[in-house]
Amino acid sequence: MKEAEIRRLLAANLLCVFTIVLTAVVPAFFWDGFTILGTHLAWLCICSVCVSTLNIILHLVLKPNLTPKRSSFAHKISRFLKCCIYFFMSCILFHAIIVLYGAPLIESVTETFLFAVLLSTFTTLQCLCMLGPNIQAWIRVFSKNGAMSIWESSLQITTICSILGAWFGAFPIPLDWDRPWQV
Amino acid sequence: MQRWPVLLFLAWVCFLFFAGIGLFMSGFLLTRIELASSSSCSDPFVPPSWERQSLPPGSCWAPQRFSKAVLVIIDALRFEFAHFNPAKASPRPYENKLSFLHHLVTSQPRHARLYRFRADPPTATMQRIKGLTTGSLPTFIDVGSNFATYAIQEDNLLAQLVQNGRRVIFMGDDTWEGLFPKKFFRSYFFPSFNVKDLHTVDDGILQHLYPTVDSGEWDMLIAHFLGVDHCGHKHGPDHAEMAKKLTQMNEMLRSLVEHLGNDTLLLVAGDHGMTETGDHGGDSEKEVNAALFVYSKTPLFGTGPPEEPEAVAQVNLVPTVALLLGVPIPYSNIGEVMAELFSGDGDAVSAALQQLLVYHINAKQVDRFLHSYSLVAQDLPAEQLQHLQDLFSGAMEEHAQLLAQVQRPTLVPPELESRLGSLIGRFQLYLREARAVCTQSWARFHPLRMVGGCTLIAASCLLCYMASELATASDSFYRSCLLYPLLWGLVVAVLLGLAHAFTQNGLDLLLVSSWAAAASQLGFFWHWWGWHPKRARLVGSQPPLASVSLRQRLQAWLQLAFPMGILLFRCGAMFSDSFVVAEARVAPFLLASLVMLLIGKLHWDGRLTVPEGPKQQLLGFSSYRREIWYLLCLVAMLLVCVRLSSFFHQCREEIPQCRPSLFLSPLASLRNTRAKNLFYLLCVALLAGLVCAVRSWLRHYGNLNSSDPLVLFVRWGFPLVVLCIACYWAVASSADDSLGKLQELVQVAVVAFPWAVYGLASVGLLLLLCNPMTVFAKDTRESAGSIVTPYLGVPSSEVDFLHVIPQIYKRMQESQKSCLERGGCKATVAAYGLGSVYSAALVIALTLLGFLLMLLHSERLSLAFLLLFLEAFVLLHIHTRARGLAGDAEPFSVPWYAVISWLLAASQFFYSTGHQPIFPAIHWNAAFVGFHLDHSTNLLPAVLVGANTFASHILFAGSQLPSAPALALCV
Repeated sequence: MKEAEIRRLLAANLLCVFTIVLTAVVPAFFWDGFTILGTHLAWLCICSVCVSTLNIILHLVLKPNLTPKRSSFAHKISRFLKCCIYFFMSCILFHAIIVLYGAPLIESVTETFLFAVLLSTFTTLQCLCMLGPNIQAWIRVFSKNGAMSIWESSLQITTICSILGAWFGAFPIPLDWDRPWQV
Repeated sequence: MQRWPVLLFLAWVCFLFFAGIGLFMSGFLLTRIELASSSSCSDPFVPPSWERQSLPPGSCWAPQRFSKAVLVIIDALRFEFAHFNPAKASPRPYENKLSFLHHLVTSQPRHARLYRFRADPPTATMQRIKGLTTGSLPTFIDVGSNFATYAIQEDNLLAQLVQNGRRVIFMGDDTWEGLFPKKFFRSYFFPSFNVKDLHTVDDGILQHLYPTVDSGEWDMLIAHFLGVDHCGHKHGPDHAEMAKKLTQMNEMLRSLVEHLGNDTLLLVAGDHGMTETGDHGGDSEKEVNAALFVYSKTPLFGTGPPEEPEAVAQVNLVPTVALLLGVPIPYSNIGEVMAELFSGDGDAVSAALQQLLVYHINAKQVDRFLHSYSLVAQDLPAEQLQHLQDLFSGAMEEHAQLLAQVQRPTLVPPELESRLGSLIGRFQLYLREARAVCTQSWARFHPLRMVGGCTLIAASCLLCYMASELATASDSFYRSCLLYPLLWGLVVAVLLGLAHAFTQNGLDLLLVSSWAAAASQLGFFWHWWGWHPKRARLVGSQPPLASVSLRQRLQAWLQLAFPMGILLFRCGAMFSDSFVVAEARVAPFLLASLVMLLIGKLHWDGRLTVPEGPKQQLLGFSSYRREIWYLLCLVAMLLVCVRLSSFFHQCREEIPQCRPSLFLSPLASLRNTRAKNLFYLLCVALLAGLVCAVRSWLRHYGNLNSSDPLVLFVRWGFPLVVLCIACYWAVASSADDSLGKLQELVQVAVVAFPWAVYGLASVGLLLLLCNPMTVFAKDTRESAGSIVTPYLGVPSSEVDFLHVIPQIYKRMQESQKSCLERGGCKATVAAYGLGSVYSAALVIALTLLGFLLMLLHSERLSLAFLLLFLEAFVLLHIHTRARGLAGDAEPFSVPWYAVISWLLAASQFFYSTGHQPIFPAIHWNAAFVGFHLDHSTNLLPAVLVGANTFASHILFAGSQLPSAPALALCV
């Protein structure tokens, strides 16, 4: 049982990585002049859309959290709407935090927001898929000894690493990017 | 803990840091004293026997050779740009573009010549302009007589020209406007600020250049082109734009030469070179290697050009131009004349005699300068000065003998020629050695001293860390770790002093104190090492819990790792140029990260959630405690404060697209009257709000009840201070012309109000020092009326607090007890403001310091100060809440994250009060708050400007690091 779980987890994560690589490579075949740096806005959009679709599909296929009781259709709809609202709120929250951390307020606001969306797909969306719109469960998962299954441990690690990665991403910003030897 | 050892220890640590910083500065910051004297035409420099009478009219010191000169400065004209190599098959964009210079050199070899022009570091434009006009070696800090102005105070070429009635016209870089105010007969300045703009300055000059030259109403014309330099900064030298720019310069020179007359000298010079990336400022070969081109329509040189262009020092241009134009050499010049320009048309002997004359004048002038410089400053080594003096007097004697022989024609020309040659050689030797001595002490870093200073500071930091870990130890610690190191240091200092006394050398106080500091540090570490095992054994005697202690130690180490990691990252960032430039944004980022991490860690440890009941555990759900929302609000407020504070940043010149904050300029510079009034009201409201907040805070904790002088001062003095500041701001920001007859009154008020604030603040601080207690105790045993309880011995320093509080408690206890014994306790003793007894004193001190520092800044920066107070308050709140949640009970131990966030906040507000660690960003205006534009000494303005610059550090760290936990106790 456990080994099968681990295998499924590995497959899911590998698929995620594969999608991100594909989003960087594939659009160049359909769209002339597509590069990650050159058309960064488009890439950000494509990447977040692809990763979120993949996550939702994986969630539907693998069903890592077994809901104990069956719920009505109306209940499902309300859950879905709640999820949407949570996702949108997390985008706004991330945007606000990025600005508070020093991003410019008005110029390049699109970039900042798309970055917030990307960060949300890597963190909030995964939580929503795995745990549903249930804040108490979130609090439990993100504390010491809180993860109860291997899926939740994986969720912990991916979310924290995403945020850490975004934080470390700020470090190269002050370097002299306008010098010719740095492209 | 006794008082004296602690004070002594602190003084000793201060001494260690001062010694380290002083040692580093003496190696890094090149300093030089500017002399105020200037040369004059009547200085007796021409030997009386030597054609004094034959000096043509309008000449000083030496006969004038040219009546006019054109100096074209092409900023950053590297030698390779000007050099033309026809053999080169595929020249790079910057090569072989100035073909016209090559054409002149080859077609008229006795009229034109190209030199390598060696600039002295630092190769920044302003320093180079100073060097090109004063003939001296400007350093980063030129200690001048006047404060807060960039104008050149030293004697210079332009001053000499103006003094002798010549008309100087300038066009180009507006840096000259600040350096030479009111020196120009006519001037066309163009802004040099925008480095990305290649054409404004050059096109502006070209528009005025030829009409001005043709009009003939000038004696000296200076044109400073900036395009090449800006092109280097924007594109680098290896770019097609550079080729275009240099071609434009070539065309400019071609048409300029057509417009010149026969009596005009043309000089084309680069003030410095540039590196491969187009930058300059350092001392690399490519930066110091500029080009100099000399041309005139009358023959200049006796011989043709040498095969390889000769190298001349940049300062050599000054005496050469001065004597060619017949004006005195500037007083502080240490350059050597370029003798081949003086040879003229005659035969070899007369040419040599002519050169001898200029060398003689030059040597006398340099000798006079060295003599007067050595009278005011000791930074030139005495033995070398003596050596130079010997060289000079030897050459002068031989010169006098030779002249006497020339008068009587006893020498045959060949012998005369060789003796003239050797004498010229001696003068050259003297001048070159003199310049070498000056360069050595003014333009050289001392890497050894810098490394020594850094080591000393690093070791002091380590020492502080160790001492803070051991601070609660017993008296034996002080004896071993304070007394012995001090003795070590004293012994070394005395030994060094004696050694100096025996060898008769000059005593370098800085070196002696650095050695003493190093020795005492060694002593500390030695004794600490010897003392450490003892303490370990003492701890080891308790029952060992090896496994637990190991795990705990690991945990403690991990807790330390992150704050220390951030601190180390900040230190490491100092080694990266880019991070130094961006430090204003790095510090807030790290601060926000540190606080967020603190919250994250609390959450991770489950401190933020309610303890789980069995039912919740079953469901696997958790929920937050109620007080969490307060903490989260505080964090959000902190982040907002951090973000808002970035609106007050000053700009560095390395970031050309940056615009300095609007709040930095004083209100007086605002044109819009309505905006001015609104801002003024806002600032005054802020001040009033601050006073209200402080008073209500004190009242809330019961510190305003007693009738001590300090409390009275808080009640009445604070509003008075605010009133004075508001009046000063009103007077200082009013328009000058609108007041008419009140002008004199305003002059008085501008001085009087700041002095009132200084006086009130110092009275307040004195009161605070004498009696920092704001506790009010009420005893109702005897009567219903309130009696102020006199304390046993009024405490005079904060160290005594530890004794005072127990005393008060004891007294209360006693009264309670006696009350109980008597039976039927009707009377009680009440003490107000006891819990905030530490905080209140600190809040009062902080507010007073804040008022003083706000007065020194421009009006609208009081907003930044408000943010500063708010952020500090929020930080302390977060700290207390976090400690409460983490279950940390010990009140006087401060975790490292708190110390480091405090430190980061201090450096964040250094930038947010409009400062940058660069010289142009220093707020010189602060020196004149409360003074008219005169200072008898440099000490007072230095204190004011220093207080202005380090305002944030003073408020955060200077007075507060030890007291941060005490403040946190109560808030």
